[in-house]
Amino acid sequence: MALTSDDVQRLARLARIEIDAGATRDVQAKLDAIFAMIDELLSIDTAGIVPMAHAQDLMLPLREDAVTETDRHALYQQGAPSVAGGLYLVPKVIE
Amino acid sequence: MKTIGQLSEALRLREVSSVELVQDALARIAVAQPRFNAFITVDADAALAAARDADAARARGEAGALTGIPIAHKDVLMTAGMRTTCGSRMLAEFVAPYDAHVVTRLRDAGTVLVGKTNMDEFAMGSSNESSYFGPARNPWNPAHIPGGSSGGSAAAIAAALVPGTTGTDTGGSIRQPAAMCGITGIKPTYGLCSRYGLVAFASSLDTPGVFARDALGCALLLDAMAGHDARDSTSLDRPPEDRSRALRESATAKPLAGLRIGLPREYFGDGVDAAVAGAIDTALGALRALGATTVDIGLPAVKHSVPVYYVIAPAEASSNLSRFDGVRYGHRAGHYTDLADMYCRSRAEGFGAEVKRRILVGTYVLSHGYYDAYYLKAQQVRRLIAQDFARAYRDCDVIVGPTAPTAAFPIGAKTDDPVQMYLNDIFTIAANLTGSPALSIPCGCTADGLPIGLQIQGNHFEEARILNVAHRFQQATDWHLRTPPGVESAVRKGGP
Repeated sequence: MALTSDDVQRLARLARIEIDAGATRDVQAKLDAIFAMIDELLSIDTAGIVPMAHAQDLMLPLREDAVTETDRHALYQQGAPSVAGGLYLVPKVIE
Repeated sequence: MKTIGQLSEALRLREVSSVELVQDALARIAVAQPRFNAFITVDADAALAAARDADAARARGEAGALTGIPIAHKDVLMTAGMRTTCGSRMLAEFVAPYDAHVVTRLRDAGTVLVGKTNMDEFAMGSSNESSYFGPARNPWNPAHIPGGSSGGSAAAIAAALVPGTTGTDTGGSIRQPAAMCGITGIKPTYGLCSRYGLVAFASSLDTPGVFARDALGCALLLDAMAGHDARDSTSLDRPPEDRSRALRESATAKPLAGLRIGLPREYFGDGVDAAVAGAIDTALGALRALGATTVDIGLPAVKHSVPVYYVIAPAEASSNLSRFDGVRYGHRAGHYTDLADMYCRSRAEGFGAEVKRRILVGTYVLSHGYYDAYYLKAQQVRRLIAQDFARAYRDCDVIVGPTAPTAAFPIGAKTDDPVQMYLNDIFTIAANLTGSPALSIPCGCTADGLPIGLQIQGNHFEEARILNVAHRFQQATDWHLRTPPGVESAVRKGGP
């Protein structure tokens, strides 16, 4: 499978990562090499094989439905780039 | 060069204090940092305060085996009050609001945290070259990589800066740098050590583990670090285990009598450097002399482990790293037009090339129309690999082979060829896909004096067994005691 530069820009949009037009070709070449390596999987016969999502076949553990967290928003917001009145500030979304 | 076991005994006998050990470690780091760049952060004041506390606890008769031992954490484990960068510009100034569970456990065991070690950005790499803070360097030859992603943690021990460090292993990130730096490193069974407070890369594969000079040191650190944690839903609730007990028993003439070592045909073929193959062969002779027998085994699906990994790990990474959006923590771009532009620019500036590449690969394999072809397919082949290992363990107790196909390569040799870099993990990835424990110990060196690692893999929860095999090998050999040229002369007498 070979990607086009449009594919790379579409992936970049989905991943929310800006890629300069000038860098697209290099990114594309390296992704192509990675997918050339990955594509060997496509020819393996896996009929009837149950996908393995995880190393342990465990049920998600359950706990009592009780409040266990305390309000620590001030502590957690100390590292945020922009905060006011306990709120995270972002560029205006609705005009 | 003292081991954790020897330092623990010296502390117990009051031959040395924790404050003296920490002062020594800080002096060594100051000398070594310009040469090896093993650390991202060092906090001398906090370390000395913790060392004084450890000495006071000992004076009160409250000391354990690790009380007062200086250690360092890989900079992917969160430490309240000390920045956690993940080797990334994205988190260059990030100070976590809480400690990782394994950080808490090792502190509760009395260890003294000296600092945080260098690593590939977000643990994505096999050479430590993707760190925003510059590459860590191999103490055996600073022109070469120390391995990755936990390169700083391995280099710190090889350079005799601290006697023990933590690491994380998602595809070989403990074992490969342990091999490259000539030290001992273990990735335990998935679920044995909590991932709470470990900044996530690939959640179904990420495994906290440890480095030390020898297997006994690893066993002591691992015992302290392992344990159930309800805040990690994959943390296993198992009774505590004393993994160093068997190691402390006296050696017999044939301490490995009855042990069946599986030798996978796939680990001894083309692509393994001749010096590596020779060293592994010699090590197998030593293990047979200790009483073990060897049996040929086949792991036919293991050859697919690199492509499986480079679907599953990037898929999980693309999801996990979506949290870095420049809103709640981490880097925010200085200029942007709107919210979407802020995300895109913050992530473009905050992440390095390899991290971006893996996010893009993961985004692709999870996207509409490709999910079944790539992601589900990779999960099916992951099952085939796990089935190979389950079959193999009917015929053998442990699986042995090289940790990596070559010794440490020069810095810059593979940075332009990601696929060649990925193939370095060909022997280590399978243990992450299956979740089983594996370790690396030094077993030889190349003509250029670079260390070679022997990997010992075991079935789930068989840490004590593989550590014991490593320990008996280390009682019969001295590879783990060798130090890089110049390291002893660069440090003061009497320390670790």
